Amino acid sequence: METIAFALLNGLIYGLLLFMLSSGLTLIFSMMGVLNFAHASFYMLGAYFAFTLGNFTGFWVALFLAPILVGLAGAAVERWGLRPVHANGHVAELLFTFGLAYVIEEIVKITWGKVAVPYQVPSALDFPLFELFGSQYPAYRIFMLLISILMLVGLWYLLKRTRIGLIIQAALTHPHMVSHLGHNVPRIFMLVFAAGCALAGLAGVIGGNYLVTEPSMAFAIGPIVFVVVVVGGMGSLEGAFIASLLIGFLQTFAISIDANFADFFGWLGLQATSEVGRITIASLAPMLPFLLLVLMLMLRPRGLMGEREF
Amino acid sequence: MNGTTVKSAIVAALFALVAGPALAVDTLKIAYIDPLSGAFGNVGDAGLKHFRYAAELINADGGAGGLTVEIVPFDNKTNPKESLVQLQKAIDQGIRIIAQGNGSSVANALTDAVNKHNKRNPGEEVIFLNYAAVDPALTNDKCNFWHFRFDANVDMKMAGMTDWLAEQPDIKSVYILGQDYSFGKAVSAAAQSMITEKRPDIEIVGNELHPIGKVKDFTPYVQKIMGAGADAVITGNWGTDMTLLIKAAADAGHEVPYLTYYGGGLGTPTAMGAAGVDKVKQITEFHENIETTPEQIAKMDAFEAKHPDVDYYYQRVFTTMGMLDKAADEVGGGDVVAIAMALEGMTFETPYGTVEMRADDHQLIQPLFISTFTDDVTRDVEGTGFGFKTDVEIPAAATATPTTCKMRRPS
Amino acid sequence: MSDQTQNPGLIDLAPTSAQKFTTRLLPLILFAAVLLIIPLLGPSRTAYSLLNAIGINIVFALSYNMLLGQTGLLSFGHAVYFGLGAYAAMHGMNAIEAASFDGGTWALMPVFALPVLGFAGGALAGAVIGWPSCRNAGVPFAMISLGIAELIAAAGFMFVSIFGGEEGISADRMNGIEAFGLSLGPISEVYWFIVFWTLIGVVGMYAFTRTPLGKMGQAVRDNPERVQFVGYDPQRVRYLVFIASGGFAGLAGGMSAVNYEIITPESLSLLPSGFVLLMAYIGGIRYFAGPLLGAIVLTWMQSNLSDFSEAWLLYLGLMFIAIVMYAPGGLFGMVLGFARGIIQPDAAPRLTRWGALSAAAMVTFAGVILLTEVAVSRTSGHVFAPGGLPLPPSSPLSWALGLALLIGGGWAIRHLSQRFAS
Repeated sequence: METIAFALLNGLIYGLLLFMLSSGLTLIFSMMGVLNFAHASFYMLGAYFAFTLGNFTGFWVALFLAPILVGLAGAAVERWGLRPVHANGHVAELLFTFGLAYVIEEIVKITWGKVAVPYQVPSALDFPLFELFGSQYPAYRIFMLLISILMLVGLWYLLKRTRIGLIIQAALTHPHMVSHLGHNVPRIFMLVFAAGCALAGLAGVIGGNYLVTEPSMAFAIGPIVFVVVVVGGMGSLEGAFIASLLIGFLQTFAISIDANFADFFGWLGLQATSEVGRITIASLAPMLPFLLLVLMLMLRPRGLMGEREF
Repeated sequence: MNGTTVKSAIVAALFALVAGPALAVDTLKIAYIDPLSGAFGNVGDAGLKHFRYAAELINADGGAGGLTVEIVPFDNKTNPKESLVQLQKAIDQGIRIIAQGNGSSVANALTDAVNKHNKRNPGEEVIFLNYAAVDPALTNDKCNFWHFRFDANVDMKMAGMTDWLAEQPDIKSVYILGQDYSFGKAVSAAAQSMITEKRPDIEIVGNELHPIGKVKDFTPYVQKIMGAGADAVITGNWGTDMTLLIKAAADAGHEVPYLTYYGGGLGTPTAMGAAGVDKVKQITEFHENIETTPEQIAKMDAFEAKHPDVDYYYQRVFTTMGMLDKAADEVGGGDVVAIAMALEGMTFETPYGTVEMRADDHQLIQPLFISTFTDDVTRDVEGTGFGFKTDVEIPAAATATPTTCKMRRPS
Repeated sequence: MSDQTQNPGLIDLAPTSAQKFTTRLLPLILFAAVLLIIPLLGPSRTAYSLLNAIGINIVFALSYNMLLGQTGLLSFGHAVYFGLGAYAAMHGMNAIEAASFDGGTWALMPVFALPVLGFAGGALAGAVIGWPSCRNAGVPFAMISLGIAELIAAAGFMFVSIFGGEEGISADRMNGIEAFGLSLGPISEVYWFIVFWTLIGVVGMYAFTRTPLGKMGQAVRDNPERVQFVGYDPQRVRYLVFIASGGFAGLAGGMSAVNYEIITPESLSLLPSGFVLLMAYIGGIRYFAGPLLGAIVLTWMQSNLSDFSEAWLLYLGLMFIAIVMYAPGGLFGMVLGFARGIIQPDAAPRLTRWGALSAAAMVTFAGVILLTEVAVSRTSGHVFAPGGLPLPPSSPLSWALGLALLIGGGWAIRHLSQRFAS
């Protein structure tokens, strides 16, 4: 019982953090066809900006300022990097972001050093909120949950209740039509790109101190974000949301399961002492998203809720 | 860190002055083959600074066997294949001594390559000074005459750790958690066999390996450990895996000792912060708060004044270089085969006790210290305000685990 | 570039046999000649080990370009086939060693021939993994390759009996039958082994582009729908190219196994997969010889640039971005364009234009290097002093100089390109 309760709560928080990262990427990908390899780098920038700003302004101001700065950086990248490359096709755009991820990581190393920076949870939130089955639950996690839900509501309102949201929705499924209707599609791209980067930055601000802020954090989470986008499906924020939670739960539940291959396939004669039989479900947890990715692309290439194939 | 900064700056300046004009023609070059870029560049960079500093000290004192010591860095990007390319570069530059420490995979590749090179190119022998790779195999099944290890290996540290465990009547159960690769497996195997031998009443309530560098949230693991009711946790984790585990444990209010190998590893104290206080214990050959001589304290101050961004961490680099210096002095030059012979069985005085290079397997036998991460220290680490405080010293003899090495020596 | 004056009245687009010789056979002969001449110059062992690494990477990068450049498949997991091929060869090498003591069929296999085993291993892996991946090109293919690379790399650490865990497996190449009288002990003898297989690989892959399958691959890259109308199955074409490409990657892996005598699961991971992408793209994926050039340049950079600067990865990344943005033809495209620019009429103004632009680009790049090195010297402790002029990071002058070069160079590029455009 307690395992399930904890796994649910932790899976939910991790899933929401993933959604914060991947929602922007899904929007960008669906509209522009660019799978932005550097998206997780903006997540990292968010954490580092918040760390540096926080030293001057404190955490709460940084919580607002850092994502804005990341968004501006994103806008600049779109305007002077991605847009000129656009003419050379999607592969060139993808490779541009691939190179950008390299460069951002090196710049972060040169600027902030190669080791982790002491970006800590603000002391106002550094206390156990409640106790569950004899184990404390930190307040900061609930704060993360609240921020994620706020973001979710904000995003929903923006997309469903505003004019720009309608255009974005239209551009998700019919990008050519929208531009034929006379909207300034490049500007929408830039806005969405900046907003997506800002969201990734926000995830970095609240995730960086909860996890560890170091130069390899982007590379560590980057591929998972792709999994979310692909599994969720092209053009579908709902799909990305479901995929995020799915992966969040999958990872936390798998760790909680105390079983190995021999327990499952023992009837086939698999010994617990053999190399295959010894593999535990928990040790496979980080691999599950990639298994899901490969299976999804092979069996249902449009993803969970994709409007169209890639 | 304390008031001796000015003094140590003067010491450092003096060294710089002495080392500057001592540009002798005859040099003893040491190839430092470790990562200087990429994910582990920071670790390799810190090691390099220690080696260079040790070389300056030796040169200020007349050099090794009359030769000026020079450290030549080679960036291996923690990649075994690239290490072999760099090794070849070093050999071609006439370098006959190599030093490496980061990554047992690299150490295994290098010891293998050095052995083959020496067999295929007699008269051009190379020796390998390993200052940090702790895979037991290197001084057991895969041992060879050219490899010398200056860090205690996994089994030796576990022997020290379990000696300490044996005297803690409160601890009745332990949980073993490690990274799923050779090192984590070696820790787990050593812990199991030694605990069963020394304290058969301690129950091992869990023994788990997790994928290395892939786990973002360790809370589920901590829940499992708490659910199992462990009185202590043994872990070989390092880097981010170490930090995240300790953070998750602190968040969950898990108040039991975490016995670690690398709780004080570079960057870990900074990332861990207050979460690790009074919880994280480490077993090492050195931390800054071990009682020692004033000269040693002045040396640490001078090093940290020269490199404000790096802590004095690798005492064993100074042991490595000190013993090399002594061997070169004994043979009166840079003949590496003679140096290797001299190193074999050598005893050496360090500021923290006597150490011996065991002749059977070229493993340094040295005293180890179990210490706790705390805020009540005179010298902190990485400017965090926290540091390590000794719980107990394990005498060198107690760490001398048996070896299976059958060494073939050059005739 | 067909020469129309040869056939007045009839426009023959097919190249003449002389052109065939100069554009197809001659470069290969020249390449082989260079490889044969190198040992006469008496290279050091370091040079040999670098040359061997280059030979391996040439085959690897060319095999990658069979996918990306020639069939339009962007892979993020090509090192899987390189690594699996290397593992196959490595197990073969150990079997040869065992057989040299105990006897057995393996004793008949010379170590020299192990790349064949690598080829088989890589092609087999390609055949197993390829079919479902090749349904679509573009993003789905890229993502499947990424997922599979992650899975296989993880499996590499999990199954110790096959992959040897973190330490990998090692072997001794000085066993079994000696082919061509080469003991393969000294690195200069390994060079001949590498030359042999590099030439086999290069010629084999070049020949592949001339086969109907290679041509169909290019057609699938350019217009898969059209190919389908004509009656071919694009998935089948991609699949077959994929297998061949995996085979040649495995061949490179087999060469690497013999050269380094060690293989670790790290070789299967995303990092080497990313590196081969860089090699191929920087070299130029539009030309057969592009990846060859890229492999030479990047292998050299990997092993030597780190001697000069710890920020070498940043320069590599910037170089890659610059090529993606401004020179999609890669380094080879630039070389080729330059050569054509000299030959064609009106060379003088064109060359001035290029000269001016490259000078401006150099100034910009000098600014980037200056800023980077000054920033790096904050922590490394070594003051950056180009040409004896010390530029300490504490002095604002150092930064101002870097910024001035950067902005000045950038402005000059902009200005020049606008002026030449008009």
